[in-house]
Amino acid sequence: MCLGIPAKIVKIDERQIADIEIGGIVRKASLQLVPEAKVGDYVIAHAGFAIQILDEKEAQETLKLLEAFSEIPE
Amino acid sequence: MKYLSEYRDPVLAQKVIENIKKISHTPVNLMEVCGTHTVTISKNGIRQVMPKTVTLLSGPGCPVCVTANEDIDKTIWLARQPGVILATFGDMMKVPSSYSNLSAEKAEGVDIRVVYSTLDALQVADDNPDKKVIFFGVGFETTSPTIALSILEARKRKLKNYSVLARHKLIPPAMAALLSLGEVKLHGFICPGHVSTIIGSKPYEFIAEEHGIPCVISGFEPLDVLQTIYMLVRQAENGEARVEVQYKRSVRPEGNTTALKILDEVFEVCDADWRGIGIIPNSGFKLKEEYSDFDADKIFDVDVPPPKDDPPGCSCGEILRGVKFPYQCKLFGKACTPERPIGPCMVSSEGACAAYYRYGTG
Repeated sequence: MCLGIPAKIVKIDERQIADIEIGGIVRKASLQLVPEAKVGDYVIAHAGFAIQILDEKEAQETLKLLEAFSEIPE
Repeated sequence: MKYLSEYRDPVLAQKVIENIKKISHTPVNLMEVCGTHTVTISKNGIRQVMPKTVTLLSGPGCPVCVTANEDIDKTIWLARQPGVILATFGDMMKVPSSYSNLSAEKAEGVDIRVVYSTLDALQVADDNPDKKVIFFGVGFETTSPTIALSILEARKRKLKNYSVLARHKLIPPAMAALLSLGEVKLHGFICPGHVSTIIGSKPYEFIAEEHGIPCVISGFEPLDVLQTIYMLVRQAENGEARVEVQYKRSVRPEGNTTALKILDEVFEVCDADWRGIGIIPNSGFKLKEEYSDFDADKIFDVDVPPPKDDPPGCSCGEILRGVKFPYQCKLFGKACTPERPIGPCMVSSEGACAAYYRYGTG
């Protein structure tokens, strides 16, 4: 039930309702829990609300840590 | 950056698995306390690729599964009252209660509407001014802000026919309750990424500090979970117990402060009844006094017979506490299947039984 999906904000209306794109499908989500979100941001969408803005820098850092596993010698 | 495919690379996954095997010497039991993690682990066969030293257990991480019979009995009673429309998330429809379930009630003509979001429930209230719309408020900290917001919004719009039956639950107290029961020896928690997106990392600190159990907040893709397992094994091998965040792209240490403010405005902490565990002190949310106009518990004088115990043979309680694996229940896959579920862990797609049934018991 805590399922949240990364989605990209493509449009925001005056009521803080955004069009968010998930794998080519556009849905509506309220931005009331992330009032600072802007078009182009990726958010976690949960039950019709965006609950957080994804941090690209941290996302890259996690990937770097993961990639480092490949560099550990056998 | 799509925030999905990058965390599904099978070659990299193999490397992380090799490294878990390399550092793991002492046997550990790691528990995931989120149904979405249960699904990631089952769907990707993560249990099967673990070394013999790493056992993955499922905990009470599905809000559908931990909702007590009595609370569903009350919800059904409310739905049956004249002039009432019950709005609910779809996950709750087939959960068995003592006497019935919401799906069967709907088939009998009771007005029950499945909504995707609380904003849809407000719309139902808007569209039916002569009816009383009650929202069945279930869910962990991820979902409760969306319900709190619906109450604020209802007040703003002066909606007099919207109320919430609040049965929200809090994860960290349930983790502590499991440790206090002492039925299972645990060496680490895979902490829920979206609950923590709201509450941050601080609420788990007492589990690491007072109970000495490592906690790692994890994302939901296979590489996220594998990296989390690596981090937990590393802590356990080093004799450490602290809170680490693997899911940093979504979890800030302070959580989502806007959502926390909204929760604090509308709800206060209360004791809550968990299926399989019982009453856990300070593990739920109820509406604050100043929002009692929207509190279905206050508005309606609910009168239901005492709840029945779980059906004979059903092991959901033990499964939710990590004492039994789903396949150790004698009903699993025989009398109890997703098509004809007996216990709630088989109903919800994120229940441990449903995940084991669908993706294999390994």
